[in-house]
Amino acid sequence: MTKTVTDVICPFCGTLCDDLEVVVSDDGKQLLEVYNACVIGTEKFLHSQAKDRVTRPRLRQADGTWKEISYDEAADYTAQMLAKAKKPLMYGWSSTNCEAQSVGNEIAEISRACCDNTAAVCHGTTLIAVQDIGLPTCTLGEVKNRADRVIFWGCNPAHAHPRHMSRYSIFPRGFFTGKGQMSRKLIVIDPRVTDTAKMADVHLQIEQGKDYELLNALRVALKGEWLPDVVAGIPKEKIREAADMMKSGRFGIIFFGMGVTQSIGKNHNIDEAIAVTKDLNEYTKFSIMPMRGHYNVTGSGEVFAWQFGFPYSVDLTRGFARYNPGDTSSIDLLNRGEVDAMFTIGSDPGAHFPISAVKHIANVPSVCIDPHLTPTSGVSKLHVPVAFNGVETGGNCYRMDNVPIDCRKVVEPPAGMLTDEQFLVMVRDRLKKLKGAA
Amino acid sequence: MSEYIIKNGHVFDPVQGIKGDKKDIAIKDGKIVDKVGSGAKVIDASGKTVMAGAVEIHAHIAGPKVNLGRIYRPEDKLFSCTPTKGMERMGGGASIPTTFKTGYEYAKMGYTTAMEAAMPPMFSRHVHEEIRDTPIIDEGAFPVFGNNWFVLEYLKNHEIENTAAYIAWMLRVTKGYAVKVVNPGGTEAWAWGLNCLSVNDPVPYFDITPAEIVKGLIEANEYLGLPHSMHIHPNNLGNPGCYQTTLDTLALAKGMKANNKFGRETVMHLTHSQFHSYKGTNWGDFESGAKEITDYVNQNKNITIDTGNVTLDETTTMTADGPFEHHLTGLNNLKWANCDVELETAAGVVPYIYSPNISVCAIQWAIGMEIPLMMKDPMRCYITTDHPNAGPFTRYPRVIKWLMSKKARDTQINAFKHKDKVLSQTSIGSIDKELSLYELAQMTRAGPARTLGLANMCGGLKPGMDADVAVYNFNPDKPVANPDDIETAFSRCAYTFKSGVEVVRNGEIVNNGHKRTLWVNVKVNDNPQVMRDINEKFIKYYSMTQNNYEALGHHFVPNPYALEVDATHV
Repeated sequence: MTKTVTDVICPFCGTLCDDLEVVVSDDGKQLLEVYNACVIGTEKFLHSQAKDRVTRPRLRQADGTWKEISYDEAADYTAQMLAKAKKPLMYGWSSTNCEAQSVGNEIAEISRACCDNTAAVCHGTTLIAVQDIGLPTCTLGEVKNRADRVIFWGCNPAHAHPRHMSRYSIFPRGFFTGKGQMSRKLIVIDPRVTDTAKMADVHLQIEQGKDYELLNALRVALKGEWLPDVVAGIPKEKIREAADMMKSGRFGIIFFGMGVTQSIGKNHNIDEAIAVTKDLNEYTKFSIMPMRGHYNVTGSGEVFAWQFGFPYSVDLTRGFARYNPGDTSSIDLLNRGEVDAMFTIGSDPGAHFPISAVKHIANVPSVCIDPHLTPTSGVSKLHVPVAFNGVETGGNCYRMDNVPIDCRKVVEPPAGMLTDEQFLVMVRDRLKKLKGAA
Repeated sequence: MSEYIIKNGHVFDPVQGIKGDKKDIAIKDGKIVDKVGSGAKVIDASGKTVMAGAVEIHAHIAGPKVNLGRIYRPEDKLFSCTPTKGMERMGGGASIPTTFKTGYEYAKMGYTTAMEAAMPPMFSRHVHEEIRDTPIIDEGAFPVFGNNWFVLEYLKNHEIENTAAYIAWMLRVTKGYAVKVVNPGGTEAWAWGLNCLSVNDPVPYFDITPAEIVKGLIEANEYLGLPHSMHIHPNNLGNPGCYQTTLDTLALAKGMKANNKFGRETVMHLTHSQFHSYKGTNWGDFESGAKEITDYVNQNKNITIDTGNVTLDETTTMTADGPFEHHLTGLNNLKWANCDVELETAAGVVPYIYSPNISVCAIQWAIGMEIPLMMKDPMRCYITTDHPNAGPFTRYPRVIKWLMSKKARDTQINAFKHKDKVLSQTSIGSIDKELSLYELAQMTRAGPARTLGLANMCGGLKPGMDADVAVYNFNPDKPVANPDDIETAFSRCAYTFKSGVEVVRNGEIVNNGHKRTLWVNVKVNDNPQVMRDINEKFIKYYSMTQNNYEALGHHFVPNPYALEVDATHV
């Protein structure tokens, strides 16, 4: 006999779907099938069942080989590394639960670390813009129930957030949107003809890197002022058409992604996008929302903020929290060679940081806590595999609209494996002894 | 647990009617007791003031909009960071301190219980995570109901029993404490960019008026017999002339009687009344309506209020009154954050600088002073700053100084740039009253505790109550040489006890206590219709499933304290 677990939360992207059904074996040890998830989410669940999974910590030896060690030894190594370091960097946090993040923050406070999450290479620029100008936003259910104008800017949910459009943004029939897709106008701004763009009522195929100009032109068009014939490769008639379409809706939403946050202009693009949203609220109701990537990067920002006061790139080296992205952000710290120990959890800087920064990770004592084998685990001195969060352990996570949802445990982890939180508690308790903290 | 005896202090306890007599307070097993053994630790409180731990009835200290404020205001941390120290985790933030700093600051000022005033139900798990990380003080959170689709639909047909069953369900799944109403109907209208500015403006689509919502929620509240009364932030906050809307709202409680087993006698709590007591037609002829509001409340004994004192600081406003924050950003052009929450509510955040050089801000300050000084029954008027809206809660000692000293008020009035305008538009100049320590204990301890339905638990020093005690370095026998001494004394307690644990000594945290989350567990008769409606709304309109909605488990509420209410008999 098998068992079906319902209302399972998908620990992959910021859409944080919570309607999955997972079939497990009767003894709860094997995960057999996944329903309702997108192909990426399904793979995430099934990947936990891989037979060749690493189940014990491994320490790199002088000859480059790995030696299996116990979790106790791994916790000793990690605690000693953090205790000795003057400026350790604790990076990641986006693919683990808030309980683990909370213990991690205690560790960071005791070891006076710099702590950062993946927003540093993702929506950190959004956060800077929000600090400049604010953020009119809403929950995803508001989009489902009310939105008749949906704009995707520099993002491609058809591939990156596959169920976003069916659950929240384009297809669902909500309270005031009984006709589903028919009740919504879709505008996509993207230099490529993506699968999302193919569905759009209006696709503004913008010249690459000209987002700021187009956003600014939209503000001008909203006010009905003079425009040049072409802005960012888009004829002015088309810009006015898009502006009128936005203005004439009852409830609109702009979703934006990496295409605007990490292209030329960075936070200034988002400043302008938020200003467009603010302007639109003079005519109708409009919101804007970042398409957050990792399933709990939002949660990491929240926990950092209520414990330290800042959402990412927090520097605790002086004994109190400081925040200055560009100075206290991970890539900059690594590139300047200031970091003397690297602690990575729930993310993969090895795959996503510039090679200059990754080289520095390879040069210092380093620990990587991750259930997978990744480029980061490859360059780290110690790799600590842990239970899959959201599959083999539960824990709170925050959706891209900041709604918290408690993940579910559906199967047992392989015998003897620890969760992120359990391992971090071991490190914290050892560190407290080493540092003589209260 | 240890025993303590606090000796020779000047005790102020409205619960027992003690007005500064020298009396010993004995503590054993977390409770106030008649006497303790000879081995009890002696605390010398001679020449000091002893009161129960203070009770905060309305502050925004945990949850999504508070944290949005922290995230989007890094500047609030400038010069306000506190390093790791002894028992204390590091902290930061002036108007929106981090959770650890929030707990420490309250305890250092002698506060031991606090209520988070607006919990969006869908975000209850977030609110509880922050409450868990706020040390020492007991906390509860009020879920918001005034714009909830279930409530709007039930009350449109005046279905009190269904509304009550829904409230009971909601309090259980969100671990909530009371029925909070913010801009009834107006926040739902805000989802379309609109508002309800009077109690008779119909809510778009739902075709119900704010008046019907407010009346219905009072009836449902008393039908259930909840510990706290319906807690309201009325329509039309902050606009010149809004006092009339406030009076219209207060009139809705006419003839309503409290029904509960907690000793609460009132049915409506009007929060941050300062923001709702404005006369005039524009910002030029803006004037105080404090007399009209306090006259009405003085006469109608089933209403309580809190003040919402402006402290003349730079702060961060945040409220579930979404349309108001949009209006405010239009006034001051500072950054605007907003979040609409499906089926339930919305919230907005805008920084604000209450400058003593701006006449409106100075008049707001004066109105905040007038209200508590004009209220005849201190048991029905409580001191708040609507933290952080009118100012941070850390300014309570300064508000107390102003209320206890005419000299301090005059100094402030003389410092205003538009002093003449303040004196002509308000009556603050003619008020000589100075608050006594006994009245202060009523307004910050016994009063709020009674209105929250916690009169048997906190707010007093009667044997059997929780041993929440604050000892201040303030000698009531000596004349106050300098009003600033009052502020200094109430800023840092000589001792604070929370549930019998010594948490503060000489103004420093010495124990992180055993913080509890207060919530109200209401038993109601099975109501299949409401359960079906909830089920249907989750399937069709919520963006998450019903089974994932509840705040469950150790992680969210590690140390719960449930107030049990049985409403099955009705």
